[in-house]
Amino acid sequence: MMLFAHFRMLGTTSKQGVSQNAHKKLRFLPGIVYIDEGGVVGLSKEMRQKTAFELQELFTTTGFPFYILPLEQVLELPTSVVMPVQQQSEPVTGAYKAAVDHFLLHGRKNDVSPEEQENILPCDVNESQTCALQQLIGSAKTLTAREDLLNTLRHHLLVHTARSKGYSKLMLGDSCTRLAVKLLISISLGRGAQLAQDVGFSDSRYGDVISVRPMRDYSAKEIAFYSHMFNVPYVSVPSLHTKTQDKASIQRLTESFVTKLQTDFPSTVSTIYRTGEKLQTAGRSSSAAADGSRCLLCLCSLDTVTDVASALQATLISEQLSHTKIQGPESELSTAEEYCSIKGEGTCRGTGGGVVCCSSAKEVDTPDLRELMCYSCQLTIKDMSSIHHLPHYILSEAQRRHSRSLMREEIREFLLDADEDD
Amino acid sequence: MPALCSNCSEKRAMLKRPKTGHSLCKLCFFFAFEEEIHQTIVAAKLFKPGETVGIAASGGKDSTVLAYIMKLLNERYNYGLKLMLISVDEGITGYRDDSLETVKRNQQQYELPLKIVSYEELYGWSMDAIVKQVGLKNNCTFCGVFRRQALDRGAIMLRVDKICTGHNADDVAETVLMNVLRGDIARLRRCTAISTASEGDGVVPRCKPLKYAYEKEIVLYAYFKKLDYFSTECIYSPNAYRGYARTFLKDLESIRPSSIIDIIHSGENLSVREGVKMPVQGTCSRCGYISSQALCKACVLLEGLNRGLPKLGIGKHHRLHEKILSQQPLTENEEKKLKSGDF
Repeated sequence: MMLFAHFRMLGTTSKQGVSQNAHKKLRFLPGIVYIDEGGVVGLSKEMRQKTAFELQELFTTTGFPFYILPLEQVLELPTSVVMPVQQQSEPVTGAYKAAVDHFLLHGRKNDVSPEEQENILPCDVNESQTCALQQLIGSAKTLTAREDLLNTLRHHLLVHTARSKGYSKLMLGDSCTRLAVKLLISISLGRGAQLAQDVGFSDSRYGDVISVRPMRDYSAKEIAFYSHMFNVPYVSVPSLHTKTQDKASIQRLTESFVTKLQTDFPSTVSTIYRTGEKLQTAGRSSSAAADGSRCLLCLCSLDTVTDVASALQATLISEQLSHTKIQGPESELSTAEEYCSIKGEGTCRGTGGGVVCCSSAKEVDTPDLRELMCYSCQLTIKDMSSIHHLPHYILSEAQRRHSRSLMREEIREFLLDADEDD
Repeated sequence: MPALCSNCSEKRAMLKRPKTGHSLCKLCFFFAFEEEIHQTIVAAKLFKPGETVGIAASGGKDSTVLAYIMKLLNERYNYGLKLMLISVDEGITGYRDDSLETVKRNQQQYELPLKIVSYEELYGWSMDAIVKQVGLKNNCTFCGVFRRQALDRGAIMLRVDKICTGHNADDVAETVLMNVLRGDIARLRRCTAISTASEGDGVVPRCKPLKYAYEKEIVLYAYFKKLDYFSTECIYSPNAYRGYARTFLKDLESIRPSSIIDIIHSGENLSVREGVKMPVQGTCSRCGYISSQALCKACVLLEGLNRGLPKLGIGKHHRLHEKILSQQPLTENEEKKLKSGDF
């Protein structure tokens, strides 16, 4: 069963494909999901309600089961979302054909009638939840970090929805143009190791729910023409960077760069897209499969194994050389100094970790999270003023992993198999 | 109250590091900058004691700072290297002749031997003459290809074991972006390597000690150390495709200063799928230089220039290589496509 995330053209073609009379039959049971981010963008409840109703009308015409969920739900997700799951093995080709025939013969099971759908409309959303979500997104100081965080949270919610409603695949509506922009954004954010998953056709990082991008061959123009010619209905919703300047965030800058370059060099988008097609997930990650070495936020394999001579190593050395004696971020150091000088304790700079003052509690948390994350998620966290606003499921998973690694350190000499899977 | 240096906390902070944002005093900055390059050299095992190293010097800020720092670190940490300067004269009036004067001054200031090789004596064409034939759009291709060979030839004449160039972090990040935009998957894999492989005669291995140094920090270093360098853009560069990647990179840096290192990190972690066709290294049938085709790029470009067909070498003309090798004349249709159009 597949879950559609970006509706528009996907839905129409599927509707044509799923009807029994079509020449090319699509043999799956689709559902539609829409995540309402109005709370983050700052839309009023009425606006969100209006959009939700419009969408409801749209989705009902397709006849597929649909789910409209507010992003606030992400605050209540279970920790299983960020825990790496073993991927189930694919059935052999022979068994696949048999399964398809069986499906066609016995018709669709699990048809969800409209009454049984649970749709949480914006009017049902708790005010305090919206506030908490805004605080979370707001704790990221730059728009770049906010958008990155928003993408991650949205993806978590999508995966959780797919899992809980029994869908095995998640279809995303990224077009060729959007993927070319995404590729450049990923490179700019330091996600070179995870490019194949971010931009490729299938993304299996969550194990049981596989994300696929069937629209990756169509450019934005083609989709626009199709929508116009076949009167595909759509609803426009503002996003986090609507109406912002070119240089407001890396995502926005890259989008405008690619669009401008495309006008002068019409092969730009297809060239970038083709480059992305030739890439795969970095080889070393599969070998370093020790205890869930996956990023806490994006669940991709960690790319922070510091090679002897690498950009990461260079960054660490620079940090060390520019900022000696005190461990911990500079901003927290200055508050610590102020606080201590007010208290009249003089300079509290210790010769290492033994700083006995107010800032020590904060210092303990931040390095822990960063160890559990890939390079680019570390950058996002660095931009956040406080990690305590992160949803509970992320923080508790971090705590769990930290405890596991402490345990493993204690018993390391007694373990026979070093690469134990967690 | 003026800010204190975040490293020594004694002296007043004189500058803010573009790379990390910390405020440092002059001495701490010098030390940090030099130490980072030293760490890069040691970690990547760029040099062996007793080697002769040619520093590619153009008179610009990167190569001036590189020459200064190599000499400094060689003495401070006893690398045991013999250093020399190699310079290339492309024959660009008003640009290269001025910067060559700077190199000659550097030679005296740092007391290093200097060798200058010119396009005119190696190929019979100066850049000014090339631009007259090719136009303003694709001339950077000629200059880059010719310079690479020229450096190698100069290095062989001087009998050096390694060449080091002044490519900085901004250059490497730009190259990564450019290779993605151009779809050059083979170069994309190689461009973040800090040193090249050392196989084949006629090719001297080369490395980039400044690979992780930001361009802005190089300028800061040269400024505070009062180093003498030539700071004008090449007069032919404004129309190069690389300009787009450079503007994009500058904008990225203004949004998030660590973007440059982030892009290099991405480039280092890229991995190509199996089954993608990659060029195989061979030798040029005409001059013996390394090449993945029958004729090396420099020979193809030269052939195009000598025959008055400047577009030969820009774009894909593999099929014509055999014709050129066997000295067959090209058909009228082929000739028409290869003559220059845009100026």
